[in-house]
Amino acid sequence: MKKILISNGHIIDPENNLDQVGNVYIADGKILAANQLLSDFTADLTIDASDNIVCPGFIDLSARLRDPGQSYKGTILSETTAAASAGVTSVCLPPDTSPVIDTQAVTELIADKAEKANYPQIYPIGALTHNLAGSELSSMFALKQAGCIAVSNATAPFFNLLVLRRAMEYASSHDLLVMYHPDIPALSNNGCVHEGAFATQYGLPAIPEASETIAVAQCIELAELTGCRLHFSQISCKRSAIKIQQAKKYGLKVTADVAIHQLHLTEDDIEPFNSFFHTLPPFRTKKDKQSLRESLANGTIDIICSDHQPHDLDAKLGAFPETEPGISSLETLLPLALRLVDDNAITLPQGIAALTQNPARTLGIQSGALTADYSADVCIFDPTLSWTVNQDTWKSAGGNTPFWGQTLKGRVTHTIQAGKVIYSL
Amino acid sequence: MKNLQLNTEGKLKHFLSIEGLSKEVLTEILDTAESFSSMSEQKVKKVPLLRGKTIVILFFENSTRTRTTFELAATRLSADVLTMNIATSATSKGESLLDTIRNLEAMHVDMFVVRHAISGSGHFIAQNAAPHISVINAGDGQHAHPTQAMLDMFTIRQYKHSFDNLKVAIIGDILHSRVARSQIQALNTLGTQEVRVIAPKTLLPSHVETLGVTAFNCIEEGLKDVDVIIMLRLQKERMTSALLPNEREYFKCFGLTEERLKLAKSNAIVMHPGPINRGVEIESSIADGPQSVILQQVSNGIAVRMAIMSLTLQSNGETL
Amino acid sequence: MTTTNNLEIPALLTKLETELKSLIQARALENPLMIGIHSGGVWVAEELHQRLKIKEPLALMDISFYRDDFSQLGMHPKVKPSHLPAHMEGRDIILIDDVFYTGRTIRAALNEIFDYGRPNKVILGVLIERDGRQIPLQPDCKGCSITMPKGQRIKLTGPSPLDIHIQSFTTEKSAA
Repeated sequence: MKKILISNGHIIDPENNLDQVGNVYIADGKILAANQLLSDFTADLTIDASDNIVCPGFIDLSARLRDPGQSYKGTILSETTAAASAGVTSVCLPPDTSPVIDTQAVTELIADKAEKANYPQIYPIGALTHNLAGSELSSMFALKQAGCIAVSNATAPFFNLLVLRRAMEYASSHDLLVMYHPDIPALSNNGCVHEGAFATQYGLPAIPEASETIAVAQCIELAELTGCRLHFSQISCKRSAIKIQQAKKYGLKVTADVAIHQLHLTEDDIEPFNSFFHTLPPFRTKKDKQSLRESLANGTIDIICSDHQPHDLDAKLGAFPETEPGISSLETLLPLALRLVDDNAITLPQGIAALTQNPARTLGIQSGALTADYSADVCIFDPTLSWTVNQDTWKSAGGNTPFWGQTLKGRVTHTIQAGKVIYSL
Repeated sequence: MKNLQLNTEGKLKHFLSIEGLSKEVLTEILDTAESFSSMSEQKVKKVPLLRGKTIVILFFENSTRTRTTFELAATRLSADVLTMNIATSATSKGESLLDTIRNLEAMHVDMFVVRHAISGSGHFIAQNAAPHISVINAGDGQHAHPTQAMLDMFTIRQYKHSFDNLKVAIIGDILHSRVARSQIQALNTLGTQEVRVIAPKTLLPSHVETLGVTAFNCIEEGLKDVDVIIMLRLQKERMTSALLPNEREYFKCFGLTEERLKLAKSNAIVMHPGPINRGVEIESSIADGPQSVILQQVSNGIAVRMAIMSLTLQSNGETL
Repeated sequence: MTTTNNLEIPALLTKLETELKSLIQARALENPLMIGIHSGGVWVAEELHQRLKIKEPLALMDISFYRDDFSQLGMHPKVKPSHLPAHMEGRDIILIDDVFYTGRTIRAALNEIFDYGRPNKVILGVLIERDGRQIPLQPDCKGCSITMPKGQRIKLTGPSPLDIHIQSFTTEKSAA
């Protein structure tokens, strides 16, 4: 196993309170030391990280690799290549693959594919209910044993609160984190944009914020009832953030993440009928965006994820309401996170914490930090390097992003996973 | 989207929605329609303006009235007309829409007139059709019905001459109405003094004021002093989707009766895009009465559609 | 050939009137219908209709919708309504325009007339015939025949006073 020295980089490691220029030493696939000067270290590879940031590799709480089952949209190979170029060294895979991650067999299949793609750190998230149908519990213990890191309903709704309660109780009895995507289908009613001025002007079926906030409120109550560890996936509303803040104040074990693009785009940014702006949850109002940013800064929202959803051409080709929602977003994760720092919404260490330390803590894994003996997952990036989103730079199989053709600032120069350089610019 | 409708010279190439079009463009349509309107009184109601052009009328939603006026408009311009009524299945997806368009393009057509149940269909087709083709939106989902709005504006101009000092009230199911959205945009772009919408709360979209209207839940207040009353048709499905209790209650609260009509100006005109639900939106005596211009709207529909077809196809010449 | 400097409208009208009178007799037109083409032709026709004491009311036509240059030039901005009688079948027609140039206006006017019914005879009278014919048509009666310098166009303005206007233009567009 290679000995790697990353020299002279600006180390930002929130877990260990590091925010200064220094060296990082890697050996045998693990972190040897960070921010120290080792005299007796002969490196096989030296990376000069002057003027670059050196931080733990990013842990993405939600990235759809479309494998198994939807290889026309993407594969574990193509999407982990994109992840590597984005500085992401651990990916959590939501259970809505095909077949659904509700058996040991599928979980092991994913691990197998991950190994073949030379990207070992894919953490499958198991389904809360069998086939995500919302009626029978899945074999959560078996899933956990096979390697599932948490359980989730993906975007499938629960029609019966009793089943949700029982699922949360059962998960909790096996100490499994429940990741919940909050939505009441009777209220969202097949909408495709936020219920507001934009929807009204363009006559598009709309999703009221109540469909998210009511689901958040319900689930918080059930978390209190069941004692379950709860994580809200991809919230979008100010009023959801308020409820989560109250729950935390009250002492409940609740965390939340937000998709990076929700921190930048609102309904006012949607180009009318451009399906690249079709997402679920939809882009909300400026007030919601402001609140999401503040919540990230004050810790109400703990984590930023990419919510990566690559799509084939046909999925986005149609009248707006008929297209499939989702953005291919791994590769814009870093520059958009840095934009938050430029906008003074958060500090750079806060941003990196939201991508490393906090996901690790929520998942309960020894990762997301440059702690000695941890797996050597490191991201080195140049925060000033500009690049354009186009055919030449894009690695994901899905080109469905509203940022296509734009020039962004901030690019990964090296990604190291388990002590191996899996990407260099 | 305004760019999608206009060609590089700023001339109308597609007609998909009122939004993004300037007052000048809308006025040009009205003036051109004026030229065509005298034609229907002539013995020979045909001119060779669009001879040699093939116009495909592609309706994915059923409609006899709009479809036949488009057919008549195209025929009076000497174009060849092809009508296709395609039933929309519940799983109708973008691919089959695109394939339908491609197959027709292979037969060297010049224009699509499209009606579809999904908002944004007109734009999707215009963006994906071959470059020489013009697309006219005959109604897409709840988004827009711009040709109807233009014939309504033409009718208002006929009777009121100027939009500047007008108070216009639109009464009915605004939430689901593509006609209302287009009418509101046209009225505002043409400089109407005040546009009002009158409906129960369940039939008003959220943030309706952002459309540039004043909302009323009480018809008596909304009708005070208006110059133009536009009635919208109430669809039966609204009763079964828990939006309204029944037609009787709707008529009691929001029906246009002789009594209520008196609250408007004495020379106010009453409009309706049709077909009329007598006794639900409007009393029969008003629909057939002296203030009703409903039949005039119908005959104006042909001239206005002729104008829109001619204006959009004129941009397809070699020198432009 | 008269040059443009010597064009006097009263003289042109009188010459046109004389030629028409003689041709109406020679060709034995019966109860003729006079049609003026918008806009210059209408003003000329109004004069002649009076002078020739035509019994049938003056008819007007706008040939904008029958032009052959829709693909090149697009819609004409202001189209005036045509006022043609319902029955044109078998009529003797005197068609009047102000300037005969390429011949395309007359081609359009004839197409429009024929759409209304098969006329018996059509004679054409114009105030000014100029060079530059592109279609094998010509006026039967004219006020004068002239050659225009390159890059110039001649127009009648009116209705009162009627006047002749010479314009320069840079691109050779399909003119009347």
